[in-house]
Amino acid sequence: MLEQTVQIVSNERDTDSYFRLVVRTPRIAPLIQPGQFAHIRVLPLKDALLRRPFSIFQVSGDTFSILYKTVGQGTEVIARMQAGEELSVIAPLGHGFTVPKRGGETPLLVAGGYGMAAMYLLAQRSPQKGIVFVGGRRRVDILCEKEFQALGWDVRVTTEDGSHGKKGLVTQPLIAELKRSTKGRKLFACGPTGMLKAVGKIADDFKVPAELSMDEHMCCGVGVCLTCVIPVKTADGPRRAEAHEREGGWEYQRTCTEGPVFEAKEIVWEVTK
Amino acid sequence: MNLSVQIGKLTLQNPVMVASGTFGYGVEYAQLLDLNQLGAVVVKGIRLHPVRGNPTPRTAEVTSGMLNAIGLQGPGVDGFIKKYWPFLKKLKVPAIINIWGKTVDEYAEVARRFDALGGVGALELNVSCPNIKEGGAQFGTDVKRLKQVVAACRKITELPLITKLSPNVVSIAPYALAAEEAGSDALAVTNSYPAMAIDIETRKPKLANGTGGLTGPCIKPIAIKLVWEAAKVVKIPIIGMGGIQNAADAIEFMMAGATAVAVGTANFYEPQTTLQVIAGLREFMQQHGLKDVREITGSVQTAK
Repeated sequence: MLEQTVQIVSNERDTDSYFRLVVRTPRIAPLIQPGQFAHIRVLPLKDALLRRPFSIFQVSGDTFSILYKTVGQGTEVIARMQAGEELSVIAPLGHGFTVPKRGGETPLLVAGGYGMAAMYLLAQRSPQKGIVFVGGRRRVDILCEKEFQALGWDVRVTTEDGSHGKKGLVTQPLIAELKRSTKGRKLFACGPTGMLKAVGKIADDFKVPAELSMDEHMCCGVGVCLTCVIPVKTADGPRRAEAHEREGGWEYQRTCTEGPVFEAKEIVWEVTK
Repeated sequence: MNLSVQIGKLTLQNPVMVASGTFGYGVEYAQLLDLNQLGAVVVKGIRLHPVRGNPTPRTAEVTSGMLNAIGLQGPGVDGFIKKYWPFLKKLKVPAIINIWGKTVDEYAEVARRFDALGGVGALELNVSCPNIKEGGAQFGTDVKRLKQVVAACRKITELPLITKLSPNVVSIAPYALAAEEAGSDALAVTNSYPAMAIDIETRKPKLANGTGGLTGPCIKPIAIKLVWEAAKVVKIPIIGMGGIQNAADAIEFMMAGATAVAVGTANFYEPQTTLQVIAGLREFMQQHGLKDVREITGSVQTAK
């Protein structure tokens, strides 16, 4: 993890309200592992002080990029920034995906919307090619389909309105594929919490391992503020705690530090909101 | 140029520390800055037992600040000593342990454990957390109970005691005096302000806890007033905090009467803030021909 003030190389609209931002940072770029994130301070924002976390999308030489959607005042200001302007970045952060080994499990990637961004490095660095299931509400929510095809991956698109690929939810073709075979397959997912919860359940139903990249509201990004916690199973809850603190056998763990990637079977969904 | 200050028998190489709860247990920031440059590292509040903390969402950004209702999640005394103390005890700067309990006895027991540990710089008594049902502000907003907590810890340990006062009182003076009389070596002024934010689309509070504590630059002027009021009535040193982002903010707190300062929320968005404050303080002293940082403390010129 390093903190640097970095220059924007490019910042372009991808589709609709999605943008791609490339920054130059020779010291950070080589350290990045699939599934890690960057914590960005939008320097022109003066009264919204906190950093914003973004999955790292692509790494190329001394640059990395993020894929973002304008959803609030931070991303709206970033969207107006231009090449040469500066952002403060702390990266790489978090515990990422386990990259499949050669001859190991076949990865099935599941992405919703800009969750696709967190998947690219994993697909690129995995010696085992697999299938990417990507879903969104409309055609414009389907991102970087071509990039994944260029890596030689089988891309299966679904949209809720049927405007691109098959009509339906991203989990439908995933279930169909797992019905065909579960042998030697492992799921990796990133997207909205509802989708991750569904993928977690599918993994449990089909008895396949799954790693989920959780999207939680964050504040410090480095493990001190305890904002981004999710309930994770522990043998008997925090040891030596009072009885009510041990109920349910779980404790809060940090999405920014123990995560963002967790094994699906560790997460206690009934406690999540 | 002298930057060192005294908190009870504890000497700090400079008056800039961090606020409990904004710096974890120090180790989390070790890759981003040299902790040995700080005046002291203050860890997140610890009670005897591990604490799970409040449901999420636990924080919300607001204009020039944030709300939090973490609920003092923590590893308990044993978990802390096992997991974090080996790192902290190797630092060249003092580690100040923020402690809390649900009863006076628990405060005293936690104080006893840290006294026995050896090597602790000071204990900070958290009697002002607004986000827990028992303990915390329950003690900090009742002069009698505040005195009991401080006196009970004073009886147990000779470690410097810092009492972290609540801002949620009509006047801070009686609380500041009570802590001093009960044997506190210093005061920390102040903790977060009880506050609330609502999502107008869902009509729900932005925090699962409903309310939380407001921190960040938006509270700075109110915190400075509290430091000024407390400084008028006590002789013990005050550690000022509340929205410090730069040296100018820190100097304001010191002029109001603070001997030392703590950077809090700013650590979350700019981890280098403490180092920038120290550098800026030196620069200010140079510009104003000050040889000793203690000359700044209480130097505000007001009608008495």
